[in-house]
Parts: sequence; structure tokens; C-alpha cells
Amino acid sequence: MGARCAVVTFPGSNCDRDMAVALEKVTGASPLRLWHGDSELPEGIDFIALPGGFSYGDYLRSGAMAARSPLMASVIKAAERGVPVLGVCNGFQVLTEAKLLPGALMRNASQNFICRTVPLIVENTQSLFTGAYEAGEQVQIPVAHHDGNFFADEDTLDRLEGEGRVAFRYAGPCNGSRRDIAGILNQAGNVLGMMPHPERAIESDHGGEDGRRLFESAIRALAGA
Amino acid sequence: MKVRILVRLKPGVLDPQGRAVHHSLEGLGFDGVSDVRIGRMIELDVDEATTDEAIDQMCRQLLANMVIEDYSVEKLNTAEPA
Repeated sequence: MGARCAVVTFPGSNCDRDMAVALEKVTGASPLRLWHGDSELPEGIDFIALPGGFSYGDYLRSGAMAARSPLMASVIKAAERGVPVLGVCNGFQVLTEAKLLPGALMRNASQNFICRTVPLIVENTQSLFTGAYEAGEQVQIPVAHHDGNFFADEDTLDRLEGEGRVAFRYAGPCNGSRRDIAGILNQAGNVLGMMPHPERAIESDHGGEDGRRLFESAIRALAGA
Repeated sequence: MKVRILVRLKPGVLDPQGRAVHHSLEGLGFDGVSDVRIGRMIELDVDEATTDEAIDQMCRQLLANMVIEDYSVEKLNTAEPA
């Protein structure tokens, strides 16, 4: 049996279906769809995706309310047990708000919503999410966000860089992010948060397939685990 | 008891909103404004028995993001006259 994947939907998520479709294309099996108000994760989940969107209308801060929703307590425990967790866009914001990843995502420096395909440099190809990419490879992945400006203090940034935890970097300035960071890993390497949307670059009809290998990397890593 | 919480970006954290508003003020012809910082005010109506520690925890766990924000707490005097 293949990996059991799950996609969490919060009120206001809007990329949950795209995420589910991407996982289905890559794994061949339809992922479980979980609701934020569920109290527990089902047994035996191998991979959890937190999708993009505007959970809770971005009230208070992007991702702040979702990070404290009932299901997230179980997601945090699963992440701490080593279950891979991918957070994209709002999912990345939720992961920082849940303290599974350091830093914070602030309003874009330009104040504008940015919606376009951007070149990213794959900085770490050793992680379970990025094993199918070439080191230093440039890939094209769409971004669509208002609050993607990654902030962390200099010590945290140095630590992230030193530990190889910057997974993706914008190839040029995008949203004001410190050191052009687009995606980071937790210390154990099983949690990835990124602003760009790999699930929107799965097949050629999307205009590119560069996101597909992220899911393939994870599924391959799970199969080999 | 009413409690007023001010959540502000930490000094040194760039405030793009504040900068845009600053720019607009200048556009309206207001001189002499050297900086604009935007924060958030949250008013809580809480039981009299609510401890300072509990309010502090509310701020730290949800109302402020300590990575980028500081907060201050002000208790408003709402005691009814005897």
C-alpha cells in the first residue's frame, strides 16, 4: 500500500483541492481530507499537507487562528514524531504561527499582492522534500500571496543557513523576504514551509511541472523509509 | 474589567504599511512626519479575577507574535461607583 496522505482544510483554505489533486496525481491515491475542527488525526497518516488560502480570513495575523485550531494540536504532535508536514503559502504561515518553523511571514514589502511564476533556487537537495532536484537548480513555481515577506532575526537566519535549512530561495527579490528565503525546513527536516505553490506546477497544462518533483521526492522518501 | 492591549511591531522590523501611510501623508502635504508605525489595539472584557499572568499568556500565545511584535497591557478603570 502507498503512502497515506492527508490534506487539512481550514475555513478559508482555497488551495486544498489543488493540493489533493497534486497528491493524487503523484501517489495514485486520493488523499484523506481533514477538517480543522477534527480533534484527532486518523491513525497511520504518512504525510500531512497544509494548503494555501486565507484561513479565518487572515484575522489577527495570517495563519494565527488556524495554528490554534483543534486539529493542529495533533498535527504538531505528528510533526514532532517525524511525520512529514508540508505547508504551502497560508500553510507556511500556519507552520510559523504554530512554532513548527521559526520566523514569521509579514506583509510583502511592496504592499502588493504578488501573483506570478517566479524562479527559485533549490538550495537543499538532501531533504525528503527536495531529493529529486539537482543542487542549485533553478525551478519555476508560482507564488500568490500578500504576506510572504519572511522575517527572522539575524541569528536565526544564520542558523537556518548554517544547518542547510533554507530549502528554496527566490532567484531575485520577490516580496522583501530576508535573504530571499522562499522555503525553510525544521531542524529534523520533516517539516517544510514555502510560499510558492508546487501543487500549481504539476503538469504541463499548468505552464510547468517543476513542482511535481517535490511531491515525488517525499513519496519516494516515504517508500524507502 | 476592560483591558486594552497594544500590539506593535518590534523596533527594527520594517513596517511596509506604515511606510505606505507615511508616503500618503506626505502626498497630502503634511510635513514634519519622520516615521509612521502601525500596530493593533485589542480590547478585552474580562472577569475581575483575571490575573496579570493570564493576560500575559493570552498575549504571548495568541494576540501577539513574539517573533515580530511587542505588546503592552493597560487596565482601564471600569469599577462601578459604590
